[in-house]
Amino acid sequence: MNMIIDLLKSLISLSLGDFIRRNFGTGPGTELLIDIGGVVILSTFCLLIVIFLIWLTRKLVARMQDRIGPNRVGGRYGLLQTVADVVKLLSKELIHPSGADWLSYNAAPILTVMAALLVWAVMPFAPGVIGVDLNIGVFYIMAISSISVVVLLLAGWGSNNKYALLGAFRAVAQMVSYEVPMMLALLVPVILARTMSTKGIIDAQNLPFILFAPVSALIFYISTLAETGRTPFDLLEAESEIVAGFHIEYGGMKFGMFFLAEFVNTLFWSGMFVTLYLGGYRIFGLENWVGGDGYPYGRLIGLIAFFAKTFFMYFVYDWIRGTLPRVRVDQILNFNWKFMVPLSLVLIFFVALVDKFIPDTAGTVTRMAIHLTLNLVIAAATLEFLRRRGRQFRQEMSGGDGPGGRETLYPDDHGHGAAHEAPAHSDHGDMPLGGREPIAVPLH
Amino acid sequence: MSQQIIFFILAAITLTSAIAVVTMRNLFHAALALMVSFLGVAGIYVLLEAGFMGMAQLLVYIGAISILIIFAVMMTRRMMQTRETPFNAQTLAALVGTLITMAILFVVIGRLYPLAPTTEIPLGAAPQVDPAIIGSSIDQLGRAFVGANAYVLPFEVASVLLLAALVGSIIIAWPRSGEEDNL
Repeated sequence: MNMIIDLLKSLISLSLGDFIRRNFGTGPGTELLIDIGGVVILSTFCLLIVIFLIWLTRKLVARMQDRIGPNRVGGRYGLLQTVADVVKLLSKELIHPSGADWLSYNAAPILTVMAALLVWAVMPFAPGVIGVDLNIGVFYIMAISSISVVVLLLAGWGSNNKYALLGAFRAVAQMVSYEVPMMLALLVPVILARTMSTKGIIDAQNLPFILFAPVSALIFYISTLAETGRTPFDLLEAESEIVAGFHIEYGGMKFGMFFLAEFVNTLFWSGMFVTLYLGGYRIFGLENWVGGDGYPYGRLIGLIAFFAKTFFMYFVYDWIRGTLPRVRVDQILNFNWKFMVPLSLVLIFFVALVDKFIPDTAGTVTRMAIHLTLNLVIAAATLEFLRRRGRQFRQEMSGGDGPGGRETLYPDDHGHGAAHEAPAHSDHGDMPLGGREPIAVPLH
Repeated sequence: MSQQIIFFILAAITLTSAIAVVTMRNLFHAALALMVSFLGVAGIYVLLEAGFMGMAQLLVYIGAISILIIFAVMMTRRMMQTRETPFNAQTLAALVGTLITMAILFVVIGRLYPLAPTTEIPLGAAPQVDPAIIGSSIDQLGRAFVGANAYVLPFEVASVLLLAALVGSIIIAWPRSGEEDNL
């Protein structure tokens, strides 16, 4: 009886490992059992939560677009719609397109789910509830997520389909590009916390880092949008250009695995944003509360806080998805290389420099105020720079006589299509990276 | 003991896929085998408690260099349909080259780290490493890169080299004046 109460209390306080150690000794066998159990619980959770996430996204986006969304299967709210979809996907025949490369074609869906699950190992859910607290946690995440780029190429090339290959090229270009600002934005919390361990970063956030570095938080969030291929960067799938992109030849559960990995990744990056910039599971010290009977009940509070924050960030993803139109592929790459990368380089340079000059005796609030001021100054300078560039460009386009000058610029004796080419070429044809458009920054 | 088993598995993966790289006819498969080989090396780094090196191996070699190689393979026309065997008649030259490289490596590594350990480590015993050193290994690596008494000069020279390569590639890709760019 005591043991059952012990078990229940351990379950509630998320310290099942301690319960096993108390009752079965602390040998290497027990540790192995605890590790395997943790892996099974964590990966099952990640796979099952997707069923809920897909339903949530469909319902949220439907509401934003003034629709109802799934409302037939499983009661009024269509709760079992995704379950029905999964059953349908599972029961479909596994088709193998002729001419496809067997190894690449079949390895890609498995590897993509593997990469999506591996990164969860360093996600801190609550105090003490973390797969493994690596001292290179953040770097590990970047390394593992770089594998997913390889998977895209495997899928695209292995399918033996030109749309799949073109889609894979586009996806790889997008993901490789956005890894750069993402990594630079990841480095800002690392500099502020002076550790790469995810748990260490949370411990360092007496004030959430979003107050220290809002600009880099924004850059990180935009990069994760592009990394997971969500709106407005959802060009991995474009019916009018590359049909379904790199997974066009996949059907049944093989397609389901790509879909699953996308949602697992989105939830992961929401959680990572919470960990890096919103203080993770921290909620005013309540997460460290230990009950009178010695069980760390605060862990449950921490877990709830973590998921509340994570699902809020996930909601913002869906909010963006329901609000913004998609952008063109050249706009995506220009926006990255000509705006995000320079800005994040400037940010990381100044953050590192300023943080070095703040004396160690300065309090958290002082440090936060200095960093916040720095960020606001950089943001203001960026916006001013963009405003001037935009005005300059508009004046060039209009020939200096007021806005809307396309008609003034292209007289009637030119064909409109030809006229579109000529001035853009003379002004910007010598820009590297094939930039024909001006910096298309939708910020002002 | 378990460390040795894992090491042998990783070594087998690395070597098998390395052989596959040079024997496979399909260039795309060869590039994939190269990735698996890199993965095995990353695993050995992790086994040596050098997690940072292992992750850098993943990020740089699999995430960047292999992607570059695959892109180059895909851009090369008719390279994936090659029917002839990848071997040529330079076995002797390759043998001599390999032997010379082995000899040089043997001498160099032997000078740097004497091959015979000073104390006999019994087979199956895991070598003892101070956990404090492992915990602060990134710290020490970072200080070694930028420390004035350490490797700051090679580090900076390497970064200048990379910058020069970056500028060079942009110059090459830059459209000539008057030339129509087809992007």
